[in-house]
Amino acid sequence: MMQAIYLDNAATTALAPAVLSAMQTQLEKCYANPASTHGPGRNAAQVVAQARTQVANLIQARPEEIVWTSGATEANNLAIKGVADFHHRQQRKPGHIITARTEHKAVIDPVRDLESRGWRVTWLNVDAGGRIDVPALAQVLTHDTALISVMHVNNEIGVIQDISAIARLARENDITLHVDAAQSLGKLPIDVDALGVDLLSMSAHKLHGPKGVGALYVRQRPKARLLAQIQGGGHEQGLRSGTLAPHQIVGFAAACTLAGSDMAEEQGRIATLRNDLWGKLKTLPGLIRNGNGEKTVAGILNISVEGVDGEALLAAVTGGEQALAVSSGSACSAARAESSYVLRALGRTPELAGASLRLSLGRFSTQADVDIAADKISWEVNRLRALSPLWEVSSKMQAAS
Amino acid sequence: MSIYFDNNATTKLDEPVLDAMLPYLRETYANAASLHKPGRAARAAIDSAREQVAALVNAHPSQVLFTGGGTEANNMALKGLAARLKPGRILVSAIEHPAVLEPGAALTRSGWQVEQIPVDAQGRLNLQAYARLLEKGDVRIVACMYANNETGVIQDIPAISALAREHGALMHCDAVQAAGKLPMHYRQSGAHTMSLSAHKIYGPKGVGALILDKGLDIDALLHGGSHEHGLRGGTENTAAIVGFGKAAELAVQQLEKRRAHTRELRDHLQTGLRAINGIQVFATEAERLPNTLQFSVPGFDGESLVMSLDRYYIAVSPGSACASGSVEPSHVLLAMGLPADIAKGAIRVSLGKDNSQDEVNQLLTVLAQLTQGGAPMPSINPGVLAG
Repeated sequence: MMQAIYLDNAATTALAPAVLSAMQTQLEKCYANPASTHGPGRNAAQVVAQARTQVANLIQARPEEIVWTSGATEANNLAIKGVADFHHRQQRKPGHIITARTEHKAVIDPVRDLESRGWRVTWLNVDAGGRIDVPALAQVLTHDTALISVMHVNNEIGVIQDISAIARLARENDITLHVDAAQSLGKLPIDVDALGVDLLSMSAHKLHGPKGVGALYVRQRPKARLLAQIQGGGHEQGLRSGTLAPHQIVGFAAACTLAGSDMAEEQGRIATLRNDLWGKLKTLPGLIRNGNGEKTVAGILNISVEGVDGEALLAAVTGGEQALAVSSGSACSAARAESSYVLRALGRTPELAGASLRLSLGRFSTQADVDIAADKISWEVNRLRALSPLWEVSSKMQAAS
Repeated sequence: MSIYFDNNATTKLDEPVLDAMLPYLRETYANAASLHKPGRAARAAIDSAREQVAALVNAHPSQVLFTGGGTEANNMALKGLAARLKPGRILVSAIEHPAVLEPGAALTRSGWQVEQIPVDAQGRLNLQAYARLLEKGDVRIVACMYANNETGVIQDIPAISALAREHGALMHCDAVQAAGKLPMHYRQSGAHTMSLSAHKIYGPKGVGALILDKGLDIDALLHGGSHEHGLRGGTENTAAIVGFGKAAELAVQQLEKRRAHTRELRDHLQTGLRAINGIQVFATEAERLPNTLQFSVPGFDGESLVMSLDRYYIAVSPGSACASGSVEPSHVLLAMGLPADIAKGAIRVSLGKDNSQDEVNQLLTVLAQLTQGGAPMPSINPGVLAG
């Protein structure tokens, strides 16, 4: 049992019952290798083919454009390094990549790897709301720009980027566009043609599917060109080798179908809860909402709290009675004692970036969760401030001004 | 229901393994990288699984790095080691799985020279030829599998590693087929890196491990976050890792029982096959995995024999099952010096802990019928046949 109010759905989500039951059937009954030619193998391959259609449907793609991976991190690595390797082989030298400072580590780290191998990288800044300035992007294109990689929705602040506008620029200049859609899949309608993306990374476990599976959408027309990063058998049209895990893939597909079936209502419900949570919290003085509130996905609320120490705040809200499961910064960098680079890119001071909470809602979030979380956070913030010389100074300054 | 004789391709998930996984699919779903309570519960489960997987190869838990499978582990070993070295020569055995051969070949793009070490007619690495290749100098990495997926032939890894080390080369060992079928000892094997897969030992698909020393200079294959000491980005698949741990634990506990059982069935099958006219069993002189037997039937190519047996609800494999559609003769048998038509006709029976002597007898009966030229469509009720 989860002994906490779970508001960390941007880190990972609980399996939906329909997903679990689809997976369990596979785990119990279908165990052959989908690459085997015998009957049980062909059954497994059929299950995988059906799932491929379901995932493709959620993003208006063709089934043959879906390449299974072990998750969005692998999909990002395949997209970024795969395009770079192809470019390098064609041009016989490294080229130029454009990405943003607020990308997930699963984009930043492979781009840094390329940087260490001679690639030039432009790290785009974002505005105070977290959005990329598209005209500024147009200024940094060069003759050897091979790839633009931009996330659809930011994992910490939930801000949505204007992918269509970036795609038009990419298309006009014949540059491959990769979009990390780990946080938007199933939450925003995605039509790969309308968006104009060439490569799109997906993850199952952010939309109530299983961990350990994701996919990369690879445009067929015009064909996105990239080289495999995991070789050995030629699975997935040679782009990603390794025995497929039908139970994972089926779980991913069930999650996509479920998300597609009620996206508008469900995201509307979640937005209402999130707005209610923010409405309750903002009655506290000295609370700042991070990210452009108008262009934010429904499930994410990121706040900075003045006058408290970040570590003390996180310890307080995640401990004690009615513990909350929330993040400070993103889970992936949580192990490091550094404040969120995303919030600092918005111009937050290290103190405010450190004293931040990400509250992320999902399919199983309820009004009760929101009420408890709002009470708990308010109570803990007031308690910590009463003990804090930081808050005394900052409130006196406010009173004086 | 089929008679499943393809346990080297993949195995059926063991019931206790599924039971171990379910709580992590249901309740303990949090991200193991999260610092809150549910996150810490997931982290604790991964820590125990790390101990269980370490025990499978007598390694230390700190030497276990979880991956998305054996293929990823092999790719990481070869490319990750190569990335930290000056390009030079890589030696790989001629009978490696594509998951080693292909990343090896990919390294030629970054200036590496990849050469194959020949094997003898029984599929054993030719140690003299290997030594000569090493003596030419500049070998940085050697890759040799512990046991072959097609023939089951076991290599003398400690000797092969020792020679590699003498020449200053790093040793990678693909132990995907050997783990759980033989007692294994990471340190004593002499390998620097060793890859493992869960789904070959009745664990889930989609998870594997690379065994390596903490201090080894190796680059990540998947970059993104500080997971696995920064060596493998990506949210941990807690349920699959827990399943892998349970499967490893059971494999250790039941190793002798499974070995004895599959060996008995394999020997029974081999005796029976030898009584059928013209059937040739491969690598019988070499030390083999207890569960694996590869043979050819004159007049059949492997793929069509697989399909014929499939009509009797018997699942076997032509050579190795990787990406489908391949009608190439087995590179393993070609490397053993067998002619292409015989290599093309090979099929592999890989037995598992749940197979029975009755099932082996049914295979023998069907093969006897097929080779008598009658090749009748199954008149037996498949339900009866499948038991």
